[in-house]
Amino acid sequence: MIGVGKIKQYSNVLDKPLSKGKQEVSLSAFSFLFSELVQYNQTQVDNIAELERRLEDAGYSVGARVLELLCHREKGNRRETRLLGILSFVHSTVWKVLFGKVADSLEKGTEHEDEYMISEKELLVNRFISIPKDMGTFNCGAFVAGIVRGVLDGAGFPAVVTAHFVPVEGQQRPRTTILIKFAEEVLRREARLG
Amino acid sequence: MSRASGPRSGDAIFASVERVNAELFTLTYGAIVRQLLTDLEEVEEVNKQLDQMGYNIGIRLIDEFLAKSNVSRCVDFKETAEMIAKVGFKMFLGVTASVTNWDADGTCCSIVLEDNPLVDFVELPDTCQGLYYCNILSGVIRGALEMVSMKTEVTWTRDMLRGDDAFELQVKLLKQVPEEYPYKEDD
Repeated sequence: MIGVGKIKQYSNVLDKPLSKGKQEVSLSAFSFLFSELVQYNQTQVDNIAELERRLEDAGYSVGARVLELLCHREKGNRRETRLLGILSFVHSTVWKVLFGKVADSLEKGTEHEDEYMISEKELLVNRFISIPKDMGTFNCGAFVAGIVRGVLDGAGFPAVVTAHFVPVEGQQRPRTTILIKFAEEVLRREARLG
Repeated sequence: MSRASGPRSGDAIFASVERVNAELFTLTYGAIVRQLLTDLEEVEEVNKQLDQMGYNIGIRLIDEFLAKSNVSRCVDFKETAEMIAKVGFKMFLGVTASVTNWDADGTCCSIVLEDNPLVDFVELPDTCQGLYYCNILSGVIRGALEMVSMKTEVTWTRDMLRGDDAFELQVKLLKQVPEEYPYKEDD
């Protein structure tokens, strides 16, 4: 039988050359996979908050790895130390690599000092997803919020990240906003750095 | 007016569909496998769940495949296997597979993948040696073929994550289920 008791030596995955990141798969393959992820998690939870949390956790692990990969490949192992630097890294580089375009907008919250928002007209992951009325404000963008949280956490900027639908006048589908709320220590450090 | 074009090649379809970065796909799949391992803990259970997820995908994927590839009915299983390897894998995953190892009846073959976007950056730890990491693919093929009236059994014969030199899936045709007309004659 295949594989039974056979732990053959093979070249360490870390020795393999890093791909250039140009390989692509079809959008439908990704959408099918994402829909299975959501459907599987729906069977494991009782309420919407749990579902969002699980999607976010899945996204978190993606984000942590994306940070490592991109820091090495795109930025020559330099890391961002300033708030605006890491935000523009997420808004431009991370979005460009994962979703093929930079995010629609990056804004600073007007009400609170520690809030920033990345907006997107239609998140790639939500393209083929429709939310039934009885699920209220649930947003599969929680997966993307998790990716952002993973990137920020790995880079040393702990934050609480959530995804929200924001209705837009004149548009049928609402816009999605990723709300980033940085932890106290990040703002204190930012203030110290001047 | 009849359609003059015949079946489209995998490359042509792949070039015409919308595509996403393979790394997003790879990392999302890794997140799914990790979630399953945490929830189910038993490697065999995870294998089964991945196959089931693949099956759910396959039964829907076949519609898209048939719509985009414009193929006509396959004459025999040999043609089916070629379609999966050359057109199917190409248009969804962007990689080509090859078909080898036909048995005497023409009901069992191997599909070999050199390149597999699911396993970039992946290494199996010692605790998961029984895991068929790409088992979702076997479910997809099984589900898709079942929707076109072929009951199959799909198993892994070679797995690069376990030290082999390529990914090899054995596809065995169990039986052709003739299509049933869902309404009774006299209703």
